[in-house]
Amino acid sequence: MSDKLLFKDIDEPGLNTLAVYRRRGGYEALRQALQLAPEDVLKQLEASGLRGRGGAGFAMGKKVSFLPKGSMDKYLVCNADESEPGTFKDRELMQKSPHMLLEGIVIASYAAGANRSFIYIRGEYVLQADVLDAALAEAREAGYIGEQILGSEHSLSLVVHRGAGAYICGEETGLLDSLEGKRGNPRLKPPFPANQGLYQGPTLINNVETLSTVPTIMRMGGEEYAKLGVQTSTGTKLVSISGQVRRPGNYEIELGIPSREIIFGLAGGPLEGRQIKCWFPGGSSAPVLTAEDLDVPYDFDSLAKAGSMLGSGAIIVVDDSTPIVELAIKLAKFYRHESCGKCTPCREGTNWTVEMLERIDSGEATPMDLDIMASVQEHIIGNCLCVLGDAMAMPIGSMIAKFRPEFEAHIESARARADLNPAHPAGHTAGHQAGASEQALAAQGAPGA
Amino acid sequence: MTPVPRYAHGSRVPGWDTPADLDKDPATIPGRGGSPSVPVPAELRAEIEASMALYPNSHSATLPALQAAQRLHGWCSPEAIEQVACVMGLTPADLAAVATFYDMLETEPVGRHSVYVCTNISCSLSGADALLAAVQEAVSEAADGASEFNVRAFECLGACDIAPMASVDGVYVGPLSLADVPALLDDIRAGRPVLPEKQLAKRACADVEANR
Repeated sequence: MSDKLLFKDIDEPGLNTLAVYRRRGGYEALRQALQLAPEDVLKQLEASGLRGRGGAGFAMGKKVSFLPKGSMDKYLVCNADESEPGTFKDRELMQKSPHMLLEGIVIASYAAGANRSFIYIRGEYVLQADVLDAALAEAREAGYIGEQILGSEHSLSLVVHRGAGAYICGEETGLLDSLEGKRGNPRLKPPFPANQGLYQGPTLINNVETLSTVPTIMRMGGEEYAKLGVQTSTGTKLVSISGQVRRPGNYEIELGIPSREIIFGLAGGPLEGRQIKCWFPGGSSAPVLTAEDLDVPYDFDSLAKAGSMLGSGAIIVVDDSTPIVELAIKLAKFYRHESCGKCTPCREGTNWTVEMLERIDSGEATPMDLDIMASVQEHIIGNCLCVLGDAMAMPIGSMIAKFRPEFEAHIESARARADLNPAHPAGHTAGHQAGASEQALAAQGAPGA
Repeated sequence: MTPVPRYAHGSRVPGWDTPADLDKDPATIPGRGGSPSVPVPAELRAEIEASMALYPNSHSATLPALQAAQRLHGWCSPEAIEQVACVMGLTPADLAAVATFYDMLETEPVGRHSVYVCTNISCSLSGADALLAAVQEAVSEAADGASEFNVRAFECLGACDIAPMASVDGVYVGPLSLADVPALLDDIRAGRPVLPEKQLAKRACADVEANR
């Protein structure tokens, strides 16, 4: 029996069309919601305990309630700029069940009193944007989106807006600037988007998965939905698992199950003969956990207590064949590339972190550099308009803290190589392919080394 | 002092290495306020105007407009930017600022078909760096490499389940092995669907319970 909510029969042929979606009871939740007062819909959302699925985990009902009352133009923006490395759950939802998202958007806009909505989808998702456009045309035709939806007083316009490739546009205020046609630079908060967001109007911003869950909540009732999962993390969650596991992909889980069950039970565990070295529980921005943390329940608060975060629900598994320095360089380079450059700590901090890591790899660093690097991370956290810098600083900081002996061994071995061959210091590319990984493995005492 | 390079219609050719012309009003919009207009292909104009009509504030249409211009011109050339500026009533500088911010908007001439190879963590753990090198090598050796292909390392494309993967003109394919590279390039050259059996669109959800 399938107890899936979002993923139930996800691969049913034609689920992306209105006919099949309606046959499965689609848009009934909307009909039901429109018969209630907006406040009563909001009550259901609050009772469900649904927390945002995009990364921050903020209570959705509360977010809706922050929007001011009144007859001004209000906006709903669906954040479909799924760019967090390791995350690909929204892609599957939008591609295979676009009407569920549209239905969720209409219900949420009714609760929030918003009359204009936008789906900001990352430009790389060409197929998914095309699917959404087709679904939108069908929904408009059938009267689910437009003027006086299903004979009610509620009207809503919807535009699918394609981005053009920028991680920072997944940050809510960066997204708003981008949607206004500018560079995607984050804004100073407060004012928060609920008060002054898109075009300076009150704006509700929610992730694809969050909004896609709304029809289910209306169908089940908020209190019934809240019985799923654990106290502070209710419901089910889509988890994207990738990296060095046997069965990477999207899985729907009930929040609160042991992480081990996801990584080993669903994704099949690490590849033959390998051990888990570390794993990111919530996208590459989450501090890494190690094999010792595999029994931590997979929910918002348990992961926070373990020193990491659930984030976007993207688990990246790294096995013992990967040198931690190589992983750190890859990670830091991503954030350096994606930093918008508005705030100094992030712009300079991401750049210096990459340079220091490369020095470690080329044999120009000393163990003292690790402390400098750790302090750079501390100086980024909390000192920028958005959390992009923090998103590099937290995992890099956690890697230095948890794998310090390996960093030190890497420094020593790279220095030894550079000394042997002073004219050609071992560069990064030469380093990690041959010597570095063996050295790193030896330092970890890993099998096979 | 070297003369300031200009377009035929009078605007300064942008670039860091040329001194600013302080005598000229920097914020001119082509076709407005007495500055010369630029010819805009009718289809492009219609597409941009349709985008502008979708938003409460037409400025929101910069991304769709630049994307449309890029489809027509192959990249966000100064000419393309002037045309968008003319239709949207913005300065070319406004649009150049936007174009340089986004990875998918090209500010240099590029090959016709984009091949984005994801090299972020999950793909890189699965061998993306070797894949990228193989694609780059095959393209650099081909006679039509520079004109036909725009091979780029890209940040996470959101398809870690098919790592290592690439996006070919927006079509996701993976998991790719080094042996797939020649067929991939041949499919692109021939205008066929790329590696049909490896396209993400045909992939079922990994969660087997979901389809029971």
